[in-house]
Amino acid sequence: MSLKIRTPLTDQTVLELRVGQRILLSGTIYTARDEAHRRLFELIQKGEPLPFDPRGSVIYYAGPSSTPPGRVIGSIGPTTSSRMDPFTVRLLQLGLKGTIGKGKRSEEVKRALVEFRAVYFGATGGAGALLSKCVKRAQVLAFPELGPEAIMALEVEDFPLVVINDAYGGDLFLEREKWRRGNCQNPPF
Amino acid sequence: MRRIKAPEIEEKVKELFIESNLSLAPGVLEALERAYEEEISPLGKEVLKELLENARVAREERIPLCQDTGLPVVFLEVGNEVLIEGDLKEAIKRGIKRGTEEGFLRFSVCHPLSRKNTWANDPIVHYELVKGDKLRIMLLSKGGGSENASKALVLPPWAGKEGIKKLVIQLIEEAGPNPCPPIIVGLGIGGNLEGASLLAKKALLRPLGTYNPDPELSELERELLSEINDLGIGPQGYGGRITALAVHVEMAPCHIASLPLAINLQCHCHRVREAIL
Repeated sequence: MSLKIRTPLTDQTVLELRVGQRILLSGTIYTARDEAHRRLFELIQKGEPLPFDPRGSVIYYAGPSSTPPGRVIGSIGPTTSSRMDPFTVRLLQLGLKGTIGKGKRSEEVKRALVEFRAVYFGATGGAGALLSKCVKRAQVLAFPELGPEAIMALEVEDFPLVVINDAYGGDLFLEREKWRRGNCQNPPF
Repeated sequence: MRRIKAPEIEEKVKELFIESNLSLAPGVLEALERAYEEEISPLGKEVLKELLENARVAREERIPLCQDTGLPVVFLEVGNEVLIEGDLKEAIKRGIKRGTEEGFLRFSVCHPLSRKNTWANDPIVHYELVKGDKLRIMLLSKGGGSENASKALVLPPWAGKEGIKKLVIQLIEEAGPNPCPPIIVGLGIGGNLEGASLLAKKALLRPLGTYNPDPELSELERELLSEINDLGIGPQGYGGRITALAVHVEMAPCHIASLPLAINLQCHCHRVREAIL
């Protein structure tokens, strides 16, 4: 069963989430990937305001394909999160509560998730067509010149996710040891 | 001589780039369906269900399978009796650019240092001159995540089959969830550094469910597939039995001093289209 949650995320919501849990997320999330993160970091260093309030927010590591006529958005699945690791701890310090992507996070990020009570969700990579159907509205907020790498505000409904790293130090990818052949009689999830 | 006009090639390349992004390569859907039946991890099964559903949505609604519509890699086999009227290279470039625009794909190619988007999706093109009066175009739309987890290197000759297997397993173990498992593994053994890389890429073009005709290599393919699936990485890295859908090996002779090896990982969203003009 999936747990339904809504943005902005509060400490209380974050603390209810556990590694391996399936989630359906609704509300506003913000896209940002490589170049957008570099620019967000520049703004933070200069002390300038960010395109969105990071407090309670969720960032989606994604750069959609072009929007065909009559659609809200193009294909929009997650990109590999680890490339954003060097920028993530600072954003968590500023109140970011969730990130969505695919793949592993660094030890620093995992520690910061515990320290700042935040969570890392996985969306299914390569399922961009399916995920695009959960996006009800999309608006470019900053850096339009970056095209697919621009920061967008997305209004999502029941966006399917899995908790990969929770605020208690749990890591879904470490659980996989249990799946080595011969030792998977009791599915952990 | 058979004459083929460049605009005809441009049109075909455009079509291949768009279509490759709307449905999976031959054999992949069947492999995912089989994986769904065989997977015992509930989260892994859920991922595979989403992937099958995604393939249906992409096909029916004509929306790209993945937002990363790939770096286009074009393999051309030009018959020696074919006369191309016009600029072949330019025709391919234009076909890709128009395909990106008209198919609402993503411009995913940038300057390597400034990181500025080239807004052209500049393709990688490999030309081969073959016998005959046909022009064969194969187009692979290659995602960045799986390419990032790939590797090419030159081993010492004594590393042998065991050394190769060890490295492949190590690379896939380290990559874990990042290349979007269940993956397809292309292995290029021999040649030289660029030769092995090209072999590995070409290995990916082979339809899923086929094996190398050389019994020694098909045995290596089967052994590696089984060992990779024993890693327990599972769909999307969430744990499970299905980590790879296939291993394809290609080989070429090499220098007595070296054993070149390229491991090209490909995500489950494997997109290949082909046409013969």
